[in-house]
Amino acid sequence: MVVFQKPKSLCDVPLHYCPGCTHGIIHRLVAEAIDELGIEGETIGVAPVGCAVMAYNYFNCDMVEAAHGRAPAVATGIKRADPSKIVFSYQGDGDLASIGTAETVHSATRNENITVIFVNNAIYGMTGGQMAPTTLPGQVTQTSPYGRDVKHCGYPVKISEMLSQLEGPEYIERVAVNNVKNIRNAKKAIKKAFQNQIDGKGFSLIEVISSCPTNWGLSPEKALQWLEENMIPNYPLGVYKDRSAEKEAAAK
Amino acid sequence: MMNQILIAGFGGQGVLFAGKFLAYKGLIEGKQVSWLPSYGPEMRGGTANCSVIVGDEPIGSPIVNAPNTLVAMNLPSLQKYENAVVPGGLILVDSTLIAEKVDRTDVTVCYVPATKLANDSGFATLANMILMGKLIKESADMSFDCTEDALKKVIPARKMNLLEVNLKALETGYNYAE
Amino acid sequence: MAEKVLMKGNEAIAEAAIRAGCRHYFGYPITPQTEVAAYMAKRMPKIGGCFLQAESEIAAINMVYGVAGAGKRVMTSSSSPGISLKSEGLSYLAGSDLPAFVVNVQRGGPGLGGIQPSQSDYFQATKGGGHGDYKMIVLAPASVQEMASLTIKGFDLADKYRMTAMILADGTMGQMMEPVELGDVEVKEYDKSWAVTGTKCQRPHNIVNSLSLVPEELEQLNFARYERYKAVEENEVMYESYLMDDAEICVVAFGISARVSKNAINEARKQGIKVGMIRPITLWPFPKAPLLAAADHCRTFISVEMNMGQMIEDIELAIRCRRPVTLCNRVGGMIPAPEQVLEAIQKANEGGQA
Repeated sequence: MVVFQKPKSLCDVPLHYCPGCTHGIIHRLVAEAIDELGIEGETIGVAPVGCAVMAYNYFNCDMVEAAHGRAPAVATGIKRADPSKIVFSYQGDGDLASIGTAETVHSATRNENITVIFVNNAIYGMTGGQMAPTTLPGQVTQTSPYGRDVKHCGYPVKISEMLSQLEGPEYIERVAVNNVKNIRNAKKAIKKAFQNQIDGKGFSLIEVISSCPTNWGLSPEKALQWLEENMIPNYPLGVYKDRSAEKEAAAK
Repeated sequence: MMNQILIAGFGGQGVLFAGKFLAYKGLIEGKQVSWLPSYGPEMRGGTANCSVIVGDEPIGSPIVNAPNTLVAMNLPSLQKYENAVVPGGLILVDSTLIAEKVDRTDVTVCYVPATKLANDSGFATLANMILMGKLIKESADMSFDCTEDALKKVIPARKMNLLEVNLKALETGYNYAE
Repeated sequence: MAEKVLMKGNEAIAEAAIRAGCRHYFGYPITPQTEVAAYMAKRMPKIGGCFLQAESEIAAINMVYGVAGAGKRVMTSSSSPGISLKSEGLSYLAGSDLPAFVVNVQRGGPGLGGIQPSQSDYFQATKGGGHGDYKMIVLAPASVQEMASLTIKGFDLADKYRMTAMILADGTMGQMMEPVELGDVEVKEYDKSWAVTGTKCQRPHNIVNSLSLVPEELEQLNFARYERYKAVEENEVMYESYLMDDAEICVVAFGISARVSKNAINEARKQGIKVGMIRPITLWPFPKAPLLAAADHCRTFISVEMNMGQMIEDIELAIRCRRPVTLCNRVGGMIPAPEQVLEAIQKANEGGQA
């Protein structure tokens, strides 16, 4: 009896992520959702520039590697080329919330029928730990060596809060992958984000609060603890927008 | 024969439309034609002009620097282009809007009170077509043939009810005698 | 034979693109190419196509990247400053070997520059613009008819060689109206088994990608790409030769500059000056061979350009510096007058044997 196996939608190759990095978990959740919905053969993923740059080698569906920050625009093109396909982008915080802010906001406001997986670990990982748009006030990084000074470089960008103010998007939820309960919630949210697309409901973005032990300079376990104590208070978890649920509630 | 025409005036006077009419008329008559507008901010109420070339030979540059024919629909246009007209050329002046006279003696000048004629005839916006009528009359290589066909090409389908008045304006200009 | 209609150059491009099977257009407003977008906005919804005004030129070119990756014909259009923004995307399209069609209706620069016609993006179009070793097929129409025919050709070449084909026009070409004949276009089908269309769980996943971290592999990719570019250079050069048989002076000009030059050449011929013109229709690949052949019987070359002499370098290389090449130019949105070109021809003629 098989009790545990790799999702079909993940290729059988070793991942390059650092020990203790939560990208692996998030990859798995995305792949499980694709498997369970039976859409692997119809799905096209868009990889970012950032730690997940080589996600195209990991997801077993057709994949496109986008320029830095442009994944939502590339996904828009793919979806418009064939609306029957399921299209998702997988992006980090620098990619989605800094250089690609415009693409993020405008694909959301167009209610582009795509799924966006947004991995927020408050740091630029691939380039070695620089300050990200989501770096917390006071957080030390390579380019904020004295801690992020909000008077000098501003406050973290809160994407879920921001996008939920738009009329366009269908679904915005923030989840975390620091413990089993949160991981199960994250899975549910990601699956819903794909289901929304299958149902033609439009833009769904799942912000996944994630850890970066390497660049935070913490052990994997400590990193998860730091996430819980610092990230979650700054980035409260929950559903920020669910248009279908709002409509249903209004109808009652 | 290569007729190089420059039509110039304010934006909104129908300068580009008039040029398009001439170009289509030439096309229907089997001639080589080109039409080039000024574009950009000057389209919005400033000066507007367009270059139209109608001829028998393939057209090189579509830009009219030295017109055979100048249609001036406001004073700045007359002042700007009067001296560019080739000797022996033709200048048509809307004398309702331009009180001044052309200084040159080596060109033919027609003063047509086009705006007044248009107002008096009940088609106030068609001074441009009155001037086109006169232009056809005064141009040796042009006739009144094909005007209706050309109008049908340039008037948008939803405004085809304006075909009659456009024809009338052309006739008014064609028959106008100073 | 289809009826001849008067069309603006920009509209001719749009209509030709539709006839060439393009059903996806992405753009961002900029003068003087707006008619392309306006035409597409009107037509695409009626023929089941997609017109989308993007949030920026950068987004637009990346939407193009998405559609191209999905294996469909797609285009964007812009003018000089917008093409600078798209240059990142053009590099990625090249790095991923995707076919795309891009229009640049040039205006004066650098910076915000002006909005009047210019040819000062010659280097940007023919030498790169974006980063890395890559080429685009650069087409320079000199009539509204060519705006249409080179658009159709451009889509075909893009698919054939998996490259970007760019129309390098200018404000005059975009704005002018001339008779144009648009017949039905036979849309050729090309193998696009590399496209991301969903695996249907029946084949290994396709990856559209420009990242290659192993230098040996990236080198091979570049070599292979340049083999394809070599084929383009061998097979796809286009140019017009005008009164060159007995020419002693050769004018080289493209686009609107070539139109102006033709007037000047006709006038010079009346004065007994033996002058002709080679008009590159493809700026890349550049018509090197006919220029080199012309150097046998032409004692001097005149490059007529609306820039500070960018094409001169290619002419000198093509003729291996065997003859002098002089520049006759206007810049900043100014267009050379036929008299100016005639003067340059007369001066070259007086110069006698080199």
